[in-house]
Amino acid sequence: MSWVGSSVSRVEDSALLAGRGRFIDDFHLPGMLHAAVVRSPFAHARVGKIDCCEALKLPGVHAVLTHADLPQPFRDERLLLLVPNPAIRHPVTNYALARDEVCFAGEAVAFVVADDRYAAEDAAERVMVDYEPLPSASDCRAALAPDAATAHVGRADNIAAEFPMAYGDVDGAFAGAAHVIKESFFTHRGGGHAMECRGIVAAHDPVADSMTLWSNTQAPHMLRNVYARMMGVSEGQVRVIAPPDVGGGFGPKGMYYQEQFCAAAAARQLGRPVKWIEDRRENFIATFQERDQYWDVEIAVDEDGKLRGVRGSLIHDSGAYLPWGIITPFISATTVPGPYVLPAYEMNLSVVFTNKVATTPVRGAGRPQAAFVMERLMDRVALDLALDPAEVRRRNFVQSEQMPYPVGLVFRDGSPVVYDSGDYPRCQEKSLELADYDNFRARQTVARAEGRYIGLGLGSYVEGTGLGPFEGVKVKIEMSGEVAVQTGAAPQGQGHQTMLAQIVADRLGVKPGDVSVTPGDTAGVGIGIGTFASRITANAGPSAQMAANTVREKLVKAASHLLEAAEEDLDLADGRVFVKGVPDHGKSFAEIASFANGMPGFALPGGVIPGLEETAYFTPERSTYANGAHVAEVEVDIETGAVTILRYSTAHDCGTMVNPKMVEGQVMGGVAHGVGNALYEWMHYDDDAQPQTVNFGEYLIPMATDVPRVEQVHIESPTPLNPLGVKGAGEGGTIPALAAIAGAVEDALAPFGVRVTQTPMTPPYILSLLDAARKSGARRG
Amino acid sequence: MGEKREIQLTVNGRSVVREVEVRWTLVDFLRHELELTGTHVGCEHGVCGACTVLLDGRSARSCLTLAVQADGCEITTIEGLSPAEGLNPLQQAFADNHGLQCGYCTPGVLCTLTEFLEMEPDPSEAEIRIALSGNLCRCTGYQGIVDAALAYVEARKTGAA
Repeated sequence: MSWVGSSVSRVEDSALLAGRGRFIDDFHLPGMLHAAVVRSPFAHARVGKIDCCEALKLPGVHAVLTHADLPQPFRDERLLLLVPNPAIRHPVTNYALARDEVCFAGEAVAFVVADDRYAAEDAAERVMVDYEPLPSASDCRAALAPDAATAHVGRADNIAAEFPMAYGDVDGAFAGAAHVIKESFFTHRGGGHAMECRGIVAAHDPVADSMTLWSNTQAPHMLRNVYARMMGVSEGQVRVIAPPDVGGGFGPKGMYYQEQFCAAAAARQLGRPVKWIEDRRENFIATFQERDQYWDVEIAVDEDGKLRGVRGSLIHDSGAYLPWGIITPFISATTVPGPYVLPAYEMNLSVVFTNKVATTPVRGAGRPQAAFVMERLMDRVALDLALDPAEVRRRNFVQSEQMPYPVGLVFRDGSPVVYDSGDYPRCQEKSLELADYDNFRARQTVARAEGRYIGLGLGSYVEGTGLGPFEGVKVKIEMSGEVAVQTGAAPQGQGHQTMLAQIVADRLGVKPGDVSVTPGDTAGVGIGIGTFASRITANAGPSAQMAANTVREKLVKAASHLLEAAEEDLDLADGRVFVKGVPDHGKSFAEIASFANGMPGFALPGGVIPGLEETAYFTPERSTYANGAHVAEVEVDIETGAVTILRYSTAHDCGTMVNPKMVEGQVMGGVAHGVGNALYEWMHYDDDAQPQTVNFGEYLIPMATDVPRVEQVHIESPTPLNPLGVKGAGEGGTIPALAAIAGAVEDALAPFGVRVTQTPMTPPYILSLLDAARKSGARRG
Repeated sequence: MGEKREIQLTVNGRSVVREVEVRWTLVDFLRHELELTGTHVGCEHGVCGACTVLLDGRSARSCLTLAVQADGCEITTIEGLSPAEGLNPLQQAFADNHGLQCGYCTPGVLCTLTEFLEMEPDPSEAEIRIALSGNLCRCTGYQGIVDAALAYVEARKTGAA
């Protein structure tokens, strides 16, 4: 049997369930000090004198670092922008601590180090900073006005980047169209909101001048590389370790932040380890967010609802800085065509600075917005042409025989968007079956007769996953016979250890529980990229298979010497290599490892390769495209504006599933995030760009009573782009959820003729739609 | 700052006497003084439930409880709910039903459910969801958690747990 494809128990679970997880704040190093951060209370201000005297007088306070106290080059240089793009006009990132200007409320200005966190917080309150408040840019549309306040001093405007994405004859598509439908959409800011906030422990070894950073980052190698490059030290002098357990990531933990460099600087300066753990309020104001986008779009279709073209403009709020370049709006624009044959497309993007915390990918990474826009347009086509929404989609799906299907765009990885496999029509059919779509109108009629407003909405999507360039995996048979796997890929709850253990176990004839996987350590695998873009299974998975295959060959070669048998006569099972059909005539992995490691001074027999280890880097030629279809059935209370999800059905295709249970978990969790974006999560800033929703009482993430049971069906269309046939699964649950729920709400309120054009669909928003509809006399029901 | 007081309490069956700063939260005391790091801090304002422990048998937010308020009390944390080896039946149900992903909210969830399932022999799914509504989880979408609780209840009825 094969472990790949089987829902084996997770190797991660026992420790976590027993309270023996090891998260970043569970570490205590001897002599460790604790930090608190002084943050700007203003969205935009000049920073004048910083007086630390009162803070330093407090007992237990060791240092207060300001910009002037940072080591070079952090005084002269801003943090690196790792993904530059020629379209970026002003590639600006943070300083490790604000220099003479703060550009969002929450920007770190000083870093206080004390014996414990309580003392550090006391001292942080006593750091006196002279601010000269400046006008701020809050709304990204208003920030485009010619006389708008600029988010950065000395800039003429707030445009971070402007660029078009286009293919086909757009003008022709619209000129000859039977119907053109125009609409504006808005998707609101939201965050990752992992239950564990960010954190770092920095320890400097003065003898080797080496720095060890434990951080709950999604990208240990990236943090190492940036720190080494900026400090001008070798990569070997910097080790970044993601703790064995990380309490959720969802994108924002993939970035690097001011505090990581501050903690390193403080540890170096003080000669003692320094820990900083973000609190929840800091997480709301200083951890990167996403999703604020305004779209003005139009769609052209034929008489029969066949798509001819989509065009429009997208305004993306980048916040104050561009730590991850313009990746998110880029992905948004490339995701719009989705699963449909769209002959012509043009989107003009404006990426706009505001005085808010920066936006970088959050689960879905620009795709939920794109799916929302495209699926809302498909619903509008259905409405205007009086067609069934499922039928409109059916008429436009890319067919499986069209694979590989080039969309006409270049993806954010620089490669053309080419859908590699999938059956989009079948995926929708499966989701409709699960949702009992055919009987829905009867259910709706009954409900309406009872005065209940229920509705159904659809959401189909295609998602670029498994982006390269690589993620390495090292497989080693220890002298003890243990199978040890190391990878730079850092998990945050996805189950990477289990996934890799399954793949390696298959190749080496052991059980997944016999494979020990250590992820997230830059000392384990030399180079690495990070956990984002639903890329680990499709990158590290094949690497694990390649490395395990080579280790298998080495095992067999060494064993053939020991057993005096031909290699082709040997087999592996239960941690042993043995002669086929004669299980007793064999050697354990420990015996073979001992042999392959040799004896001091003795030559290895010819052909035996020293050691039983291999590091492999699978390099996908381009992204692989997963897809899915969601159906939401909701009830809207027209008195309160509250939305209840009655039923939620998904069909999902991420190619070969390594562990179906874990894939289901990813989809389920993704849908829950999408439910939050669709109905609850609203990161509100006022007109002065002051954040107004800075705790879980003000910013609502879904509770157990808000998230429906999600019925799932899975289709497996293996990708030809990697040897396992796997695609990413981490974000697909979120991507179409906003669209499906919006469609359902609009359908429920069809008697009032309302049009849903934004997320989140909060009760006040829904009541405002109903009010407007009533006032305009649009009631048709 | 500064003022200290001696407290005496029972933590996971063990008697503890410590001098604490009066402003220390119970969760900081448990995690940093007693090194019981299984209890997690999620929001520090009593909404997310990650820090839930049992205080005299009732679930309580250890981020909103001061250590001095626990003077004379009996505290049970996730470490106290866990057998020396292996998992208890509720924990096992979580492992069997993919009731956790990152595991950060899990100790709080287990404390909440331990109390709830002791009081409710046969809860419905809706009742379980209401009981869980004070514990935020960002990974699972709650379904695995709810399924684990239902599976545990079912097993307990049949004597398997």
